[in-house]
Amino acid sequence: MISLQVNNLTKYFDQRKVFKDLSFIVEDNSCLVVIGKNGSGKTTLLKILAGLYSPNEGEIKYNLGGKTIKKDQTKKFLSLVAPDLNLYDELTALENLKFLSKIQSLSFGEDDLLKKIHDAGLKSRENDLVGSFSSGMKQKLKIVFALLNQPKFLLLDEPSSNLDEDGIAYLERRISEQKKRGILILATNNKKETEYGEKILSLDN
Amino acid sequence: MERKFFPLIIEPLTLFSKEIKSELRTRYALNAVLMFAIVTLTVIGISVGQYALNSKILASLFWVVLFFSSMSGLANVFIKEEEKKTSDLLKLVAKPSTVFLGKFFFNLLFFFFLELIIIPLFILLLGLEIQNFLFFFSVLILSSLGLVSATTIIGAIVSKAQVKSALFPVLSFPILLPLLITAIDGTYLSIQKIGLSYNADNLKFLFSYFMVMLVLSFLLFEFIWKE
Repeated sequence: MISLQVNNLTKYFDQRKVFKDLSFIVEDNSCLVVIGKNGSGKTTLLKILAGLYSPNEGEIKYNLGGKTIKKDQTKKFLSLVAPDLNLYDELTALENLKFLSKIQSLSFGEDDLLKKIHDAGLKSRENDLVGSFSSGMKQKLKIVFALLNQPKFLLLDEPSSNLDEDGIAYLERRISEQKKRGILILATNNKKETEYGEKILSLDN
Repeated sequence: MERKFFPLIIEPLTLFSKEIKSELRTRYALNAVLMFAIVTLTVIGISVGQYALNSKILASLFWVVLFFSSMSGLANVFIKEEEKKTSDLLKLVAKPSTVFLGKFFFNLLFFFFLELIIIPLFILLLGLEIQNFLFFFSVLILSSLGLVSATTIIGAIVSKAQVKSALFPVLSFPILLPLLITAIDGTYLSIQKIGLSYNADNLKFLFSYFMVMLVLSFLLFEFIWKE
């Protein structure tokens, strides 16, 4: 049993309120879509959930198997794809994945990683520097990275941005898999992407 | 699949080798530091001309060149993560202790490489004559360890600031001042062929400084990195 519980989450940047007393629960095998205008706090919310920002008030509980995961252990179970989360431009696609898996103590053989890169539609580009990739190709590689640890909680911020048709089909397959594996939180302004969610959270109010 | 063996060693080593690969490809800090060191040494060499500098001045100049050369490079391990927006990625995948140790060992290697360039040039251009190699290298290694421990954590602090490159030497100088004074004194004594009893206090201080800085930096790093 997996769930994510957010209670009275409040975030200010200096004096500016981003959101106040935000509470919600996401249950196993479901997707919460977060919508809102630009600047409404979608990215901030996802970064707080990922542990990259601290909230001013409130608590977040990641529950797995009836127990709340300790704060310093949550990294093992979650992943994030966000527009300003960059991979290393000076490394190749394969080197990026090797580094990112090894530093998480995930042991993948080179063939496993190559298969993941090829599945994302980046065949024959595995040894090219990420700096030479288009923004859509980088986005595909970020999705591959995010799924390396088979996360129970996946956070996607504008995941289809810059993706071509094949990329969107790849993303849809990964979204279906994630909903079977655990929980998906998706922040978007794209109407089609709101269809992935069982619940919608609007940050406009 | 999860690897169970020695993550405490493998994870920092993974970051360390990534840093080396990254630096060799981008030359983000290497070129700037080498140019700075070579230009500074050449300018000093030309200014001094044929005058023979006394040992105290030579030892001071040696550490002035090392200090300012390192200032233009050692903070880059964190600054480049912020500028290239890869710091969030690193925060997601790596433990703070892994990041600190990986960056610390890379900075140490970088500083030793810098010394490898500066020492022969200093001997060649300014006529540095080392009388006691054992003391000289003991002082050098302990001072390097202390300097890198302090500058690694300071680099992490300034990487969050707006005026990064200006802030780094300003913040570093007061913290490194006791180390620099002792390193200059130790280097002077090793040039002077003075016995162990005179230099032992310097070595003890440099070792203590290194241990205190390393432990403090390691303990404080998580707080700084997550902010």
